[in-house]
Amino acid sequence: MACATCLTHGSDVATPGDKLLEVDHLCVTFATEAGAAKVLDGVNLTIRAGEIMGLVGESGCGKTTLANTILGILAGNARAEAGRVWFAGEDLFALPQRRMARDVRGRRITFIPQDPFGSFNPLFSVGAQTRELMKWKSPRRAPGEHQGLAGFFARYPRARRRADAEAIVQMLRSVQMPDPAATAGKLPHEFSGGQRQRLMIALALLPQPQLVIADEPTTALDVTIQAQILKLLKQLAKSRGISVLFTTHDLGTAYEICDRITVMYAGQEVESAPVADFFGRPQHPYTVRLLESLPRPGRELREIGGEIPRLIDPPSGCRFHPRCARASEICRKERPPATSLGGGHEVRCYHPVETPP
Amino acid sequence: MRIAALILVRVAWLAPTLAGLVAIVFVISRVIPSDPVALLAGETASRAQIELLRQKLGLDRPLPRQLLDYYGQLARGDLGTSLFTTRAVWDDLSARLPATMELTIAAMILAVALGIPLGVVAALYRNRPTDHALRVVSVAGLALASFWLALMLQLFFAMDLRWLPLQARITGFPPPPITGFYVIDAVLEGNFKRLGDVFAHLILPAVTLAIPALATVVRFTRAGVLETLQRPFVTYQRAMGIPAGLIVWKYVLRNSLVSTVTQIGLLFGILLAGAVVIETVFQWPGIGAYAFEAILHSDYAAVMGFTVYAGVVFGIVNLIVDILHAVLDPRGTAA
Repeated sequence: MACATCLTHGSDVATPGDKLLEVDHLCVTFATEAGAAKVLDGVNLTIRAGEIMGLVGESGCGKTTLANTILGILAGNARAEAGRVWFAGEDLFALPQRRMARDVRGRRITFIPQDPFGSFNPLFSVGAQTRELMKWKSPRRAPGEHQGLAGFFARYPRARRRADAEAIVQMLRSVQMPDPAATAGKLPHEFSGGQRQRLMIALALLPQPQLVIADEPTTALDVTIQAQILKLLKQLAKSRGISVLFTTHDLGTAYEICDRITVMYAGQEVESAPVADFFGRPQHPYTVRLLESLPRPGRELREIGGEIPRLIDPPSGCRFHPRCARASEICRKERPPATSLGGGHEVRCYHPVETPP
Repeated sequence: MRIAALILVRVAWLAPTLAGLVAIVFVISRVIPSDPVALLAGETASRAQIELLRQKLGLDRPLPRQLLDYYGQLARGDLGTSLFTTRAVWDDLSARLPATMELTIAAMILAVALGIPLGVVAALYRNRPTDHALRVVSVAGLALASFWLALMLQLFFAMDLRWLPLQARITGFPPPPITGFYVIDAVLEGNFKRLGDVFAHLILPAVTLAIPALATVVRFTRAGVLETLQRPFVTYQRAMGIPAGLIVWKYVLRNSLVSTVTQIGLLFGILLAGAVVIETVFQWPGIGAYAFEAILHSDYAAVMGFTVYAGVVFGIVNLIVDILHAVLDPRGTAA
């Protein structure tokens, strides 16, 4: 009982700067027909309270797998072979599945999906789906409230329902939905993509979580809408002191919204730095090449030669070495340890780029 | 409003659909090399007598003319007279309709009430032993000839074990006819002993009739659920920690049923066809057994009457399916 209480209330008091999420040497393997694919290979990631962390990398580098592992919703053929996920001082892997689903997912860690079109159930009104979420995940839900039979026949106490309804209208206003009162009765397809993503943000914030995982939340949107959504998400998260794990393959987007950025390559994190350092003095050769692939006036675009490695039979040592001009013997043998450059800037490379390009 | 418009459109379509159906069955029944007039007149009748009878029945006219005559009859609400029972086909059909309705509805309830949950379970345990077992059972259910299955069930449960009655709708006299549905009438009468007897008689034919339909419902539900499980909103709800039972049985199931419900409507055709065989085997005094006799005797009016009945029932069932579809999927793409 004491544990259930601390789960739901205890760590709401985390002060800014405290470590909120710590992913420690996480290895995740997918069983595929061609063999075991090591999709995450010793990933480390730290997010502090109130911080927006960008997780940057090409498609297929393991961003979504990392997000799913933190949420505890890995696919059936995937397994965390090693490592730990610490959340507010608690080992999420040690938490029973039931508790994870009830007290963590959608409550203390919420989720903003990439696809605001498909992530609403098309047959239920937005209001019904919002109420369903709040029935289970409202911050006003008492820890002992009954779950019913597999979720059916559970009561939604009247007083809480009313308070939740009020919170919903307020939240819809906060995410600047044009007509909060009319929103509830409409079906998802009656909203534009941008509006649907606003609704998704509202749903993610309503349970008053400590961490929001946003998995490429603007990729599916028009460029003009992207900026609005980013601004909104940043402003709402900052004003509420909520941490965000923001995955994206778009460095421009990461620059707009993030406090710090971690770069992943083929299932390994290679560099982690505050935004200014990241863009100002990138150290890992991959980060440098990634930045050079951004269009900039007066400079030709440079692509990164080679291809993302196959994860079934990945390169040994630093997985970037086959594409790296600076690679040496040791890079092929052993993965570089994390080197701290001060100010929270860490790089995993034997031959970092010393001066900014 | 949307649903009212839907009903209007469907009812308007029913007339031309029936006209087409009647034309097809009309031609087929007359192409079969069998002469009902000769059968009716008996072995001792002379050629002249037969021809006279043929003229009297209007069967000497050209086929298109006969068809037009029949349309005219139908428009007046007249299904003609059965050559063999010598009663109005309409009276024959309405006397036997409740028996068939009771049987098909019981079979439908069995098929849907068991088939949908089993289909969901098969999808959730895809490619695991539960799924394989269900697949074997449902393939067998489709493959077994229903008259054979009916005989086997009779042998085992009625003859060997003597648990259930062999045939017929009831032991002794039927309950006072109010609706003609014995189950309902027995309840209205308050005679629960009789209700039990009626149920006992209903079980074997209903199960036999339901099995192929059940197999189909399981397969379609399984396919629908598997497809829906791939949709992003399922991942989203899981990521947000909505109880897993709710995700499956409320959200996934409703999306799956949108496509499955159409298939379930089509099943009524299977049930009607099955009723013809099963009513004959179980001596069930319904429309199916009536149609079976009518076909054997080339009793044109009765065969056509059954056709019209089947067409109307099918039309109504499809209308219900469309309404269900519209209710399940409020986006308005159904109409």
